[in-house]
Amino acid sequence: MLKKVFFIFLLVAIFSTCKKEVIKESKKEILTGSFTEITSVKTVNYNQLKPLLEKKDDKTYIINFWATWCAPCVKELPYFERITKEYADKNVEVLLVSLDFPKQVDKKLIPFINKRKLKSEVIYFNDINEDVWIKDIEESWSGAIPATIIYNKSKRKFYEQSFDYQTLENELKTFLKPFKS
Amino acid sequence: MKKIKIILVMAIVSIATLSFTTSTKKGYKVGDKIEDFSLKNIDDKMVSLSDFNDAKGFIIVFTCNTCPYSVANEDRINVLDAKYKAQGFPVIAINPNDPAAVPEDSFGDMKVRASEKEFTFPYLFDDGQKVYPKFGATKTPHVYIVSKKTMEVEYIGAIDNSSRNPDKVTEKYVENAVDALLAGNKIEKTETRAIGCSIKVAR
Repeated sequence: MLKKVFFIFLLVAIFSTCKKEVIKESKKEILTGSFTEITSVKTVNYNQLKPLLEKKDDKTYIINFWATWCAPCVKELPYFERITKEYADKNVEVLLVSLDFPKQVDKKLIPFINKRKLKSEVIYFNDINEDVWIKDIEESWSGAIPATIIYNKSKRKFYEQSFDYQTLENELKTFLKPFKS
Repeated sequence: MKKIKIILVMAIVSIATLSFTTSTKKGYKVGDKIEDFSLKNIDDKMVSLSDFNDAKGFIIVFTCNTCPYSVANEDRINVLDAKYKAQGFPVIAINPNDPAAVPEDSFGDMKVRASEKEFTFPYLFDDGQKVYPKFGATKTPHVYIVSKKTMEVEYIGAIDNSSRNPDKVTEKYVENAVDALLAGNKIEKTETRAIGCSIKVAR
């Protein structure tokens, strides 16, 4: 029993150090502008996604719900990418949550990420019972995409709309102000 | 006199902006009485809800040719019509998208799509995009179940609980709602949500 616990602990420890390195690596890539092609994308269910929508550290997070087939989503992606680059050292993190179809992850989503050389972190969100998680993510969300959440530990806002760069940056700035001075 | 005029203008402006801002998220809620409409069907004939003499109600589905979530649900919409038209709840599909924003959602393309998928129900074009805002539809697909007798909205939302993967459906919201209405029972879930494509209008 004790052995088992120790083993699990070891596994967790290994995983968590790996994760840190990956993040460090991707940050370096953001700053240097290099891109490594991906062959898989992290898939999460709602239980795994939820903690990413309510972190309580010092960062400001931009969570964008999108899909490769959603034209207005694809149109605004460059603005989120620009935020990732320009705010890389300003405690801002962008997370692109893909709502593509399960059958199109390999055929469409992964090639799309590689072709566009997306720097922001992309995860694939696959869970049925949309009725449950849409309401849980945001009471006012009808379910239409694109949809975006900007949040940090003291403020949170939801946007069921498309963004242009200026509007997005202006919104983001309202989250960053209190920390400036 | 001038002052009164200014106050009057200010009042009008503020009322106008207020009604504008509140109207952006408005539309029919469950229990609201709906207004009938007259929209052109893919057979070039105008269709109103009052035309359906034998109907007990309607499964109104805002859908379109282009949204992958709509396309993924087309077979399920056909099944709904096949199952419930005979029982008095026909499907009425409405395309709310503006072809000026999405050329593939034109009236001509609707005819093509309907024949490809052998739609058994009316597929109406919301010319000028005037009907969908009354409903408050925000996305495709977006379902409204209406009772004919009262013309009241009974249900708003999704077809089932797994829009992306039909093999994983475990709860059929629309079927459950219509079954309840047919049996004279209360609908258990009157509002549900699903991911969908935003309705597109040229600005």
